[in-house]
Amino acid sequence: MINVQSVAHLARLTLSSDEEKAFEAQLSSIVQHFSEVEAVNTANVEPLITPTDITLVFREDKKLAVQTAEEAMKNAPERSGNLFKVPPVV
Amino acid sequence: MSKNITELDLSTLVEKIGKKEISAEKVTAEFKSQIEKLNTRINAFITVSDDCLSQAKEIDRRLANGEKVGRLAGAPIAIKDMFCTKGLRTTAASKMLRNFVPTYSATVVERLRAEGAIVMGKTNQDEFAMGSSNETSHFGACRNPWNFDYVPGGSSGGSAAAVSARMSCAAVGTDTGGSIRQPANFCHLVGVKPTYGRVSRYGIVAFASSLDQAGPMTRTVRDAALILEVISGHDEKDTTSATKDVPKWSENLSAQLRGMKIGMPVEYFNHGIADDVRATVMRAADILKAQGAELVELSLPLTKFAVPIYYLIATCEASSNLARYDGVRYGHRADFSKQAAADLEEFYSRNRGEGFGSEVKRRIVLGTYALSSGYYDAYYKKACQVRRLLRQDFIEAFKKCDVILSPASPTPAFKIGERIDNPLEMYLNDIYTTSANLAGIPGMSVPAGFSHNKLPIGVQFLAAHFEEQKMLNAAFAIEQNLKLTAEVPYAIQ
Repeated sequence: MINVQSVAHLARLTLSSDEEKAFEAQLSSIVQHFSEVEAVNTANVEPLITPTDITLVFREDKKLAVQTAEEAMKNAPERSGNLFKVPPVV
Repeated sequence: MSKNITELDLSTLVEKIGKKEISAEKVTAEFKSQIEKLNTRINAFITVSDDCLSQAKEIDRRLANGEKVGRLAGAPIAIKDMFCTKGLRTTAASKMLRNFVPTYSATVVERLRAEGAIVMGKTNQDEFAMGSSNETSHFGACRNPWNFDYVPGGSSGGSAAAVSARMSCAAVGTDTGGSIRQPANFCHLVGVKPTYGRVSRYGIVAFASSLDQAGPMTRTVRDAALILEVISGHDEKDTTSATKDVPKWSENLSAQLRGMKIGMPVEYFNHGIADDVRATVMRAADILKAQGAELVELSLPLTKFAVPIYYLIATCEASSNLARYDGVRYGHRADFSKQAAADLEEFYSRNRGEGFGSEVKRRIVLGTYALSSGYYDAYYKKACQVRRLLRQDFIEAFKKCDVILSPASPTPAFKIGERIDNPLEMYLNDIYTTSANLAGIPGMSVPAGFSHNKLPIGVQFLAAHFEEQKMLNAAFAIEQNLKLTAEVPYAIQ
């Protein structure tokens, strides 16, 4: 059984009590479904992360005009000049 | 004009616009009026571009001046709301990003614009592309133009509905476990997920980075091939984008399949497959045979593990990718004026708890659990090991055949609300599509018929890494023989 509350805390995620209850049952059945995979013999198998071969390409380390501070601030929920503002948390 | 403009496919429209037989402005206006007529009922678009007519006028101006216009000049295209569009709201269908206006565009969008495509707007989807029905959108469910009681599929449901309902002549979507192919299948469209790395992921809202790929959704195979040519190719902003040359798929289409071997994995026809779907795939197999292809039976024994390892890997990557949404620099900020946060952690937790919907939260919790100390080896590492074996199965299979033919999903579209309360049942719907993302191979769906209750049914083709041409040709043969591209959704007639 997954302790949903403690996992949600690790993910910095507030859940409603309804969500907590629903997730507990749903996630158990999903994890149960995954347990079938245990039967696959994976001894000495290297985990696969990226599914195609990648050639790393490097670009010149040149200065580019990407965006201005004003543009970067445009989506800020709250700001003070060119600083992102958050409410006091202590 | 004998035929309604919105009934013409992309290639035809671009040709007519290029010859100045019709203006780009007239074409865009026709599709725009279709959006105005139908979007309140179908809910395909979250945001409609307010400058689409001026984009089109610019194409007409350049044509009038004899300037060069691109390969997609004047083609109205819908963009899934996962692609960042500079100056145009990009929400990922989430409350978290409901006011987010990007300061740059995804490479896919830039390449479409550079070839003259008209951006019609941003289409509905499952929140952060997490879903198979478009029902997890913060902006409400989207309806299937073939029958409004049914889902258009997901996660690129709005893109599929937009093209199907003639609100745009094509769309781009993203596919992490079937999110282009399944909605294309449900809405009578061609949908292509290219090889992992073909298309740059720069500027696409990240869901599961090792699985995500962007691709076209169109009414014809040729249109899909053409858009794919435009959006493919190396991008220095995405290190995982392939440096391989981009073939001229659209010019090399051929329905003549002599010498082609079509693999049919026994595991794909085992159980849970609707009779209509099975019959449609078998009819497609007969057509391919008549076109000169040879059918080969083969086995992909790890198929039954594809869905569980997919959901494990996708949720692990998502829990990591979505950690960036903390409500500090952008995204949803909870109201702390009445109740202050006790500490920084509570500040993040409340922003995230309010900003994400239930399906997204469920997946973040699952991914976080699977990556947490003590469980990592049993879940994430194990899934990645099986992933390698699964890819190896495909590499072996493609020594025996050129393309694989399969259903795109076990059933045609299902009713809105029918599966939303049972996540596991919803996940199992992705059984035929997730393997391609795990193995990194290309896959596509193409319209191939209708169910007894008049819902579209497509078939899926898979090919080896970077062998898109082979599956496009097989799909082209189906399209040329069945001649179903002109079918108009009943609900919008």
